[in-house]
Amino acid sequence: MIAYTPLLVLFPLAGFLFLGLAGPRLRNEKLIGIIGSGMVGLSFALALGILMQMLGSAPEERKAVVELFPWISSFTGTMGSFSVSVAYQIDQLSILMTLIVTGVGFLIHVYSIGYMHGDRGFWRFFSYLNLFIFAMLNLVLADNFLLMFLGWEGVGLCSYLLIGFWYEKKFTGDAAKKAFVVNRIGDFGFILAMLLIFVTFGSLRFDTVFAAASILSPGRTVMVWITLLLFLGATGKSAQIPLYVWLPDAMAGPTPVSALIHAATMVTAGVYMIARCSLLYALAPVSLEVVASVGAATAVFAATIGLVQNDIKKVLAYSTISQLGYMFLAMGVAAFGAGIFHLMTHAFFKALLFLGSGAVIHAMHEEQDIQKMGGLKKHLPVTYWTFVVGAVAIAGIPPFAGFFSKDEILWKAFSSDFGSWVLWLLGALGAVMTAFYMGRLVFLTFEGKERFGHDLHPHEAPKTMTVPLMILAVLSAVGGFLGVPKSLLGSNAIEHWLEPIFDPANHKLLITEHDIVWSEYVLMAVSVAIAAGGIYVAWVMYLKRTGMADRLAARFSRIHRVLLNKYYVDEIYDASVVNPIVTISDEYLWKGVDTTIIDGSINGSARGIGAIGSALRRIQTGVAQSYAVVFVGGIVLVVGWLLLQSH
Amino acid sequence: MIENFILTLTIFLPLAAGIVVLLLPSGNTRLIRMAGVAGSLVTFIVSLALYVLFDPARAGYQLVQHADWIPSLNISYLVGIDGLSLLLILLTTFLTPLALIGTWNSITVRLKEYTVMVLLLEVGMIGVFASLDLVLFYVFWEAMLIPMYFIIGIWGGQDRVYAAVKFFLFTLSGSLLMLVAILSLGYFASIVPNGHFTTNLVELYQVGASLPVNVQLWLFAAFALSFAIKVPVFPLHTWLPDAHVQAPTAGSVILAGVLLKMGTYGFIRFCLPLFPNAAIQSAPFFSVLAVIGIVYGALVAMVQTDIKKLVAYSSVSHLGFVVLGIFSLTEEGMQGAIIQMVNHGLSTGALFLLVGMIYDRTHTREIKAYGGVARLMPVYAAFLLIISLSSIGLPGLNGFVGEFLVLLGAFRSVTLQSPAYAAVAGLGVIFSAVYLLWMYQRVMLGPVREGGLYGGHKLTDLTKREIATLIPIVIFVAWIGVYPRTFLSQSALVSKRTVEYLQGVQRSAPAPLTMRAADGSMQELRSR
Repeated sequence: MIAYTPLLVLFPLAGFLFLGLAGPRLRNEKLIGIIGSGMVGLSFALALGILMQMLGSAPEERKAVVELFPWISSFTGTMGSFSVSVAYQIDQLSILMTLIVTGVGFLIHVYSIGYMHGDRGFWRFFSYLNLFIFAMLNLVLADNFLLMFLGWEGVGLCSYLLIGFWYEKKFTGDAAKKAFVVNRIGDFGFILAMLLIFVTFGSLRFDTVFAAASILSPGRTVMVWITLLLFLGATGKSAQIPLYVWLPDAMAGPTPVSALIHAATMVTAGVYMIARCSLLYALAPVSLEVVASVGAATAVFAATIGLVQNDIKKVLAYSTISQLGYMFLAMGVAAFGAGIFHLMTHAFFKALLFLGSGAVIHAMHEEQDIQKMGGLKKHLPVTYWTFVVGAVAIAGIPPFAGFFSKDEILWKAFSSDFGSWVLWLLGALGAVMTAFYMGRLVFLTFEGKERFGHDLHPHEAPKTMTVPLMILAVLSAVGGFLGVPKSLLGSNAIEHWLEPIFDPANHKLLITEHDIVWSEYVLMAVSVAIAAGGIYVAWVMYLKRTGMADRLAARFSRIHRVLLNKYYVDEIYDASVVNPIVTISDEYLWKGVDTTIIDGSINGSARGIGAIGSALRRIQTGVAQSYAVVFVGGIVLVVGWLLLQSH
Repeated sequence: MIENFILTLTIFLPLAAGIVVLLLPSGNTRLIRMAGVAGSLVTFIVSLALYVLFDPARAGYQLVQHADWIPSLNISYLVGIDGLSLLLILLTTFLTPLALIGTWNSITVRLKEYTVMVLLLEVGMIGVFASLDLVLFYVFWEAMLIPMYFIIGIWGGQDRVYAAVKFFLFTLSGSLLMLVAILSLGYFASIVPNGHFTTNLVELYQVGASLPVNVQLWLFAAFALSFAIKVPVFPLHTWLPDAHVQAPTAGSVILAGVLLKMGTYGFIRFCLPLFPNAAIQSAPFFSVLAVIGIVYGALVAMVQTDIKKLVAYSSVSHLGFVVLGIFSLTEEGMQGAIIQMVNHGLSTGALFLLVGMIYDRTHTREIKAYGGVARLMPVYAAFLLIISLSSIGLPGLNGFVGEFLVLLGAFRSVTLQSPAYAAVAGLGVIFSAVYLLWMYQRVMLGPVREGGLYGGHKLTDLTKREIATLIPIVIFVAWIGVYPRTFLSQSALVSKRTVEYLQGVQRSAPAPLTMRAADGSMQELRSR
């Protein structure tokens, strides 16, 4: 089975090429939908087969590399010259990511058949989605940094194409470009990191690099540079401070895109990358601290913005940024397994929430303002119930999926050698806000009085949309059982599965398994109380005493305004970075250096030469021989002078 | 047998085609166009034989042809190719017919003369890449100026005369100094024991390296100035935007696609091996200029209001990568530079074709005049996107291969000794995305303009002829991006040997006064 690994990547590529080339002539939504979803489904089935084979073999036999052909190289054959192949690696981590990408991806493809019905770009949408799956699988299956970067940039391209999918609207083009450019700032870091890795380790293959790294001891400056530059890449792709600003705008894309790319898969690429490079981070404890701090700060920061947003997708977008913050917090406290666990559960419940919001938007005829909704639960029962499952899962109510993964992170943030009570407190603060804004979202959208016009008759979405919702709801409900901790008599299967991947890093960091202590139960109880408390407050504010939210907003109007305007970060970036660069380029470089200085001096000297020429016109005799004499004389002078110089 | 004259045949086939075109009746425009395209297509097909006959595993120049020209001065008609010239000749013969097909209806006045000029230009370009005698090289180098001058000056836009003269003077002022340097070099060859005046490049490789460093530096400077203007290297680039904006589409395509590479080609073929010590000493200087060009070109491209000017400035940025790669004096940098030359020829050539196609419809190049074109021209939108992405350096397409190898070469360069070059050049990665995607957004995305009118004209999507022009380019854009080995393996040996030679010189500094074999081909050539 493992030998067929390249097919995982080739199915969606074939789908993309076929739909991209033949799409305009197909004119049959059903056929396009079946091909688009089918290709991802095939990949998912194959990934399951590979997983079965891996489960049946010993842990040390669960890794394989399939090399296809040499890609970028100097091809000079010199020792130590650069060479990288297109090669795919199956191991415990990459197969898990592949299953998430293709599994959730398949469900979202199916959902899109209903959601995109009637769109004139139907074929284009599915070809882009297939291209995305292709790029994402390259990212997670690559056996070297450069191929991973191909996937990394490829998903960025698909993100660009899909955010700008409805390109005739003005805003989508801005949002798409912003996403790509901000990501490129991160990619700049990624590229420099790759250059450093190559000069340090002489290769970009994971195996070679990690083998060489495993004999190093922590504390080298170059490792700090490598890991921080990689992390810069991660903050771009995974929307962390300071490069998170593109993700909220990315909601301009169709909702299935928000679910697939901007919640479940692509934005987790940074987390995956750090997990993959855990050994490198273990060699740079300073970088781990940076990762943890940025993660925790982002988790809280984004959550505060999410508290007051009124656009259903914007709330979910800030929630995504916040949840990604938790994953980085986990990475930063060296709880790599917990981070990947949260990545998985988040993929389930956040995809569910986004798809649910899509069903709501669909029913409300493109309305996205939750202040203009309310009482939708009787119109959209399936959407309502699945959405509630997603909401309690993310809020951290046991036994839903989010509880186990988030609690694991909070516990590690507190107890790990790299954790602290400050990090835990930030995490807990984020958690209470998460519970609150999710409660607010549910109550304002589905409960209470209808606040929309009577001409609007919301109706439940078609089966192609509701069935994926139900499947994701089941996963959000039970997905956490893969990681029940020992303290709750679980076996923590997922962490156990990933152990071989993170062992080298844990070994380097001297991390050993802790015994169960009473404080773990205390913190667990606090977590649950926090989640329940947040939801309760939201219930009071938005259902019980309906005027309360407005009164609070009026009372703390300044804070409210700052939050509503997202701390004015976009405006600050524009004023401090974007506008100065444009002005300098335009006024100083182009009109200053190019036009005035360079061309000015050349035209000036041309005029000068012209003046000299009119003076010299008198010696212009018209006798060719005298010209030749002068010409040869000049050459002799120059050559003679050079000769004199050389002696 | 064919090996002996195939190169000469390739060089002069366009000339023959040009003569045929001259004999055609001026009134029959269709026939003239067909003859022009046919002539350049046949040249392309013949040039494929070069690819077949060339052996990338063999060092030195191949398919060499030698004929006496001025025997008393040992100036000869000497042509031959290595992997570098092979790639650039193929690029030339590939782009010329596409430039003619892609602008089928664009030229209406003096069509016959125009077609002849394009064909003559092709002769000059192939000749430049094939010459192994410096005087022969110089003749082709100057010869190609003339048709380009006329193409801009006669068939160009409003300010065509200013642009043509600027182009001519910039280039000529550099190349006159180069002529002096060539003659000096020949003279130096005659003053060594048993020496004689020669302009045979292979023989001169030994002479140049044996010169004292300060003499090397002067001669190097004379060559380098000429090449730096052609590339163009910052701050000698200001002729380029004017020339591009004024030139007709086919002129821009060939100018960007091929002519600029003659500068970077000159650095690799002449400056580095002829004056190794000077090249090593000035490597940091040129690398700094290259890095400035990368960032500067991108920033200035960003604020252009004219699409063609934007693409022209993007060339300054992209060619900066080539120069940086060359002067990193590493195998990766050299290989990256060479493939980046091909990439830039394809991508920017295609960009100019695309700009020309929409200009033919609307007669405006102002970005402001567009918006929402994607809705009306979806096929065009797809092509422009693919080519823009290739230019941005998206992995999987051609641009990335060159840029990454260049960055890696600069980063690990022993000569440059600082990762700062690569780090600053890496900023180009960000800015190229900004200016191209911003252009794409302003031209292609957003709502369709009122009434669907652009410059007073309705838009129609690409014709079959236009699509047929672009598809071959897109194929190579993807091919190089996914499997660059096909191309990089051609130039691997010449890159390796050039770099090894320079590194050897650098290790054994100060300047060697003894004779040094630059290249294995020297002996091989003598044995013929």
